[in-house]
Amino acid sequence: MVIERRWKKWLYFYIPLTVFILFTLFPFYWMAVTAFRPDSELYATWRQPNAAPLWTLHPTLEHVKGLLQTTAFPTWLWNTMLIAIVSTIISLICGMFAGYALARLRFRGSEFLGTAIFITYLVPQTLLFIPLADIIRDMQLGNTPWALMLTYPTFLIPFCTWLLMGYFKTIPKELEECARIDGATRFGAMVRIIFPVAVPGILSAGIFAFTLSWNEFIYALVFMASADQKTVPVGVVSELIRGDIFFWGQLMAGALLGSVPVALVYSFFVEYYVTGLTGSVKG
Amino acid sequence: MADVSIRALNKKYDNGFHAVKDVNLEIRDKEFLVLVGPSGCGKTTTLRMVAGLEEITSGEIRIGEEVVNDLPPMDRNIAMVFQNYALYPHKTVFDNMAFGLQMRGYPKDEVKKRVQEAAEILGIEPLLERKPRQLSGGQRQRVAVGRAIVRHPEVFLFDEPLSNLDAKLRVQMRVELKRLHERLETTAIYVTHDQVEAMTLGDRVVVMKDGRVQQVGEPLELYGRPANRFVAGFIGSPAMNFVEVSISGSGDALWAETQGLRVRVPQGFSGKVQSGQRLTLGVRPEALRLANGADEHTFATAVDVSSRSATRSCSTSAPAACRWWRASIPACG
Repeated sequence: MVIERRWKKWLYFYIPLTVFILFTLFPFYWMAVTAFRPDSELYATWRQPNAAPLWTLHPTLEHVKGLLQTTAFPTWLWNTMLIAIVSTIISLICGMFAGYALARLRFRGSEFLGTAIFITYLVPQTLLFIPLADIIRDMQLGNTPWALMLTYPTFLIPFCTWLLMGYFKTIPKELEECARIDGATRFGAMVRIIFPVAVPGILSAGIFAFTLSWNEFIYALVFMASADQKTVPVGVVSELIRGDIFFWGQLMAGALLGSVPVALVYSFFVEYYVTGLTGSVKG
Repeated sequence: MADVSIRALNKKYDNGFHAVKDVNLEIRDKEFLVLVGPSGCGKTTTLRMVAGLEEITSGEIRIGEEVVNDLPPMDRNIAMVFQNYALYPHKTVFDNMAFGLQMRGYPKDEVKKRVQEAAEILGIEPLLERKPRQLSGGQRQRVAVGRAIVRHPEVFLFDEPLSNLDAKLRVQMRVELKRLHERLETTAIYVTHDQVEAMTLGDRVVVMKDGRVQQVGEPLELYGRPANRFVAGFIGSPAMNFVEVSISGSGDALWAETQGLRVRVPQGFSGKVQSGQRLTLGVRPEALRLANGADEHTFATAVDVSSRSATRSCSTSAPAACRWWRASIPACG
């Protein structure tokens, strides 16, 4: 029996898990190896003697150096960081209030509004950027960070609102009622009791919003023209692919450095993040 | 300290559900009033309307001299203990208890003194620095009560506060709540679906069903003289037995009859019961005694199932191999 169970555990758990992990992590591994591989190895054929297609024999920092010295990568990194943080903050604040209102206040049409907000999230960005480009041009915001800081919330706010609305609904309403009996106004109860209790949900909405704006491509491509205003995803692709030449080493180094901040954010808040998604508040 | 007066109170929800119908209650100062009834009977809605958490459709609620219909919860000077305790999970026990005082702008010293005092009464001083998740069910319950008493409110509202506790702790907390009420002498309204809790805690008990008050009275009055069949069946455990009977005979010699049962109607009922009437005879299980042979107050039945408790044993019966049972029907006043 025990042997059979162990065998089954391998079949149903460990083997699928290993396959899944390999499948998910291999692109990252490939990206890292490529970033540290010298050009001579990168462009050599795999059939060459001593070829090591899955790792590198002569690790080098030349691509990273090249990226940092010959391109505006540090500026792109700064732009991306600034835009992601500002648009995340704007979206979180709006999302918290809107999510609370939709979850708690009983007003006519609240359910419809909740669904409508979610539907706006489903409108593809590839459609939305056309009217948005018009607005950005009229407001003369093109090629400034504000163009992105103000357009990213168009998809981040619906997302944050929807996620937080779900989280607020899991918080027992008695907590708030008790606060109101204790002497808080509805707004006071929301700020002093509900928001602190909802920190896991707010953090996971924040992390998601940050990642979405960090990785955003289309708006950044359309609204930012000059090299020093670009964000990492656009900068790396537009400056490191010249014509039909791909600078694979630098591209991968850019992708690697660009994913570090997101990975750091996730690793710091991973516990909150999991609680935020599974949503459990106990009194 | 205040009395609470509820007049012609109604609650109708937007979907048309009429949850509370014409409730009238006068709760005296320092009284412990228990609202009891099956789930969905409107007892919690009534309590929440007193708390100000639910809007009133029509009627009037007075606390002391003041009509509180339109006052927000925080201005009603009440404190409420919730079924799930509703402790603020991100605050320590001390902060949980202090929150109400802080919101009302009490000075720090006073806050500390009052929390300390309440913690002493409830025996939770060693827990003051803990977070709610580090407490057991009973401890959480105490903190919730502590949070209510620090403010010295005029009225305590309890919404099924013991139903999340295990049976033993429930009995213990019941005693403590009763003792606390005697010590603090504050008007209390207590909602429960547990009739034992209602009977042991309440100075008076209100039985509700389908949004209407069925009877208001002291516990023994409800038990001994239920106003209607619902109250009779609801109060008492195991529940009262009901038998449909028809009355026969004449003068003082009246008999309640049905198939397999014929008992004499006690003297006290003559004048209220007439021959030919069809009535429901209610007999509490504990009113049945094993009799020595047949007489006019006995009937024969066989014991089908017998269940024991520490103080008494009860039987349900089927009319097979018969033994004689005496039903003692209380005199009617």
